[in-house]
Amino acid sequence: MIEVKKLVKDFGGHRVLDGIDQSVEKGEKIVVIGPSGSGKSTFLRCLNLLETPTSGEILFEGENITDPKVDINRVRRKMGMVFQHFNLFPHMSVMDNIIFAPTHLKLMSKDEAQAKAEALLKRVGLQDKAKAYPNQLSGGQKQRIAIVRALAMSPDLMLFDEPTSALDPEMVGEVLEVMKELAQEGMTMIVVTHEMGFAKEVGTRVLFMDEGKIVEDAPPEELFGNPRTERAKEFLSKVL
Amino acid sequence: MGFFGELQRKFIDDFIVKDRYMELVTGLRNTVIITIFSLILGVAIGLILALFKIVARQNRKFKVLDIIADVYITVIRGTPVVLQLMIWFYVVLFFVSEPIPVAILGFGINSGAYVAEIFRAGIQSIDKGQMEAGRSLGLSYWATMRYIILPQAFKNVLPALGNEFIALLKETSVAGYISVHDLTRGAYNIRNMTYDSFLPLIASATIYLIMVMIISSLLSVLERRLRQGDRS
Repeated sequence: MIEVKKLVKDFGGHRVLDGIDQSVEKGEKIVVIGPSGSGKSTFLRCLNLLETPTSGEILFEGENITDPKVDINRVRRKMGMVFQHFNLFPHMSVMDNIIFAPTHLKLMSKDEAQAKAEALLKRVGLQDKAKAYPNQLSGGQKQRIAIVRALAMSPDLMLFDEPTSALDPEMVGEVLEVMKELAQEGMTMIVVTHEMGFAKEVGTRVLFMDEGKIVEDAPPEELFGNPRTERAKEFLSKVL
Repeated sequence: MGFFGELQRKFIDDFIVKDRYMELVTGLRNTVIITIFSLILGVAIGLILALFKIVARQNRKFKVLDIIADVYITVIRGTPVVLQLMIWFYVVLFFVSEPIPVAILGFGINSGAYVAEIFRAGIQSIDKGQMEAGRSLGLSYWATMRYIILPQAFKNVLPALGNEFIALLKETSVAGYISVHDLTRGAYNIRNMTYDSFLPLIASATIYLIMVMIISSLLSVLERRLRQGDRS
């Protein structure tokens, strides 16, 4: 589904991503872990070109999206993204947050979009919040709405950038629960997170990143049970 | 004749005789016309200049837009508005005899420089996650700017825009320099006819004050409405 070749990203002379090669198949649930500053968020943000790669190629569904001729807006419709800080639109109601992009881009009529939004809201247990504004919601509710907003575009792939890092501890569970259900339904997911429990339970593969490189790439049992590198052992001993 | 008798005589002489109150009515009408249209022009110019700066900052390919905006803002803010007005009327547009459109142009261009800075700060105050969220949903840069960033920025800058509106209203009082019959000039005309300064000047000042108070209260109503989404 997505193939990354020799991906490099520099920020003002500092190499944040140092030649990433990786490929993700449909239905995989990839969990990316690693110390802060290891480049895992940058890696994720390069996948939908929120960061422009310095060099390398990203193929999404067979198309090289780093080609400047490619209409990135069209590609992004198929890649949902969930942010650490939710980034809901504060001037719109929950319903408008969800249906704005699909209706503005004329992918659905307003009625269709609303029906879909209601169904999705019900799935995350927030059907009574359609008329609320983001600032009336808790962090966990905001993040669940943000997931619904991304899902309303019917993406083929979902990117999660530390979706629970900005939440109060008691709200982490409700967001992870929604993500688990999504995984069970077969969604292809790439998740940057510090939630090792989630990585073990949901991940089909775990990538351990350090200093801009993918240092280990293994199923969770293997990576957590028997890390090959010193760097991964050290990291896991601190977080587990 | 006592003080009040004298005042009454002057009042009749200043405003009633020969329908002299019409000097103020005509002046008020022109002041309102000039203020409203130059505000619209100023907001349009200010928004464009602010977007020039934002786009240039985002993509260095468009650096020239930043330079254009900077030169505009520096020149306009660095010279007195009366002189700008006279330069438009007597130099650049010397062939235009109607002063009101020239006044609208002059004040609008002047206001644009101040509004540009207001908008630029307003757009930059919006969290960059908002742009990222819009783009990640497949919206274009301009669609995200138009529907996600600008409505929030506008709400944030409304108090500053209101101040600009009020400042502009009062600034138009120098339009008389290019022979516009505005509210201030109306008072001045009455003074020339009756040799009384007190009542005409106080009357026109009072009208400005009332207009400013009306604008202020309308703005606070509007602000409260726009804040509704922010209730927590």
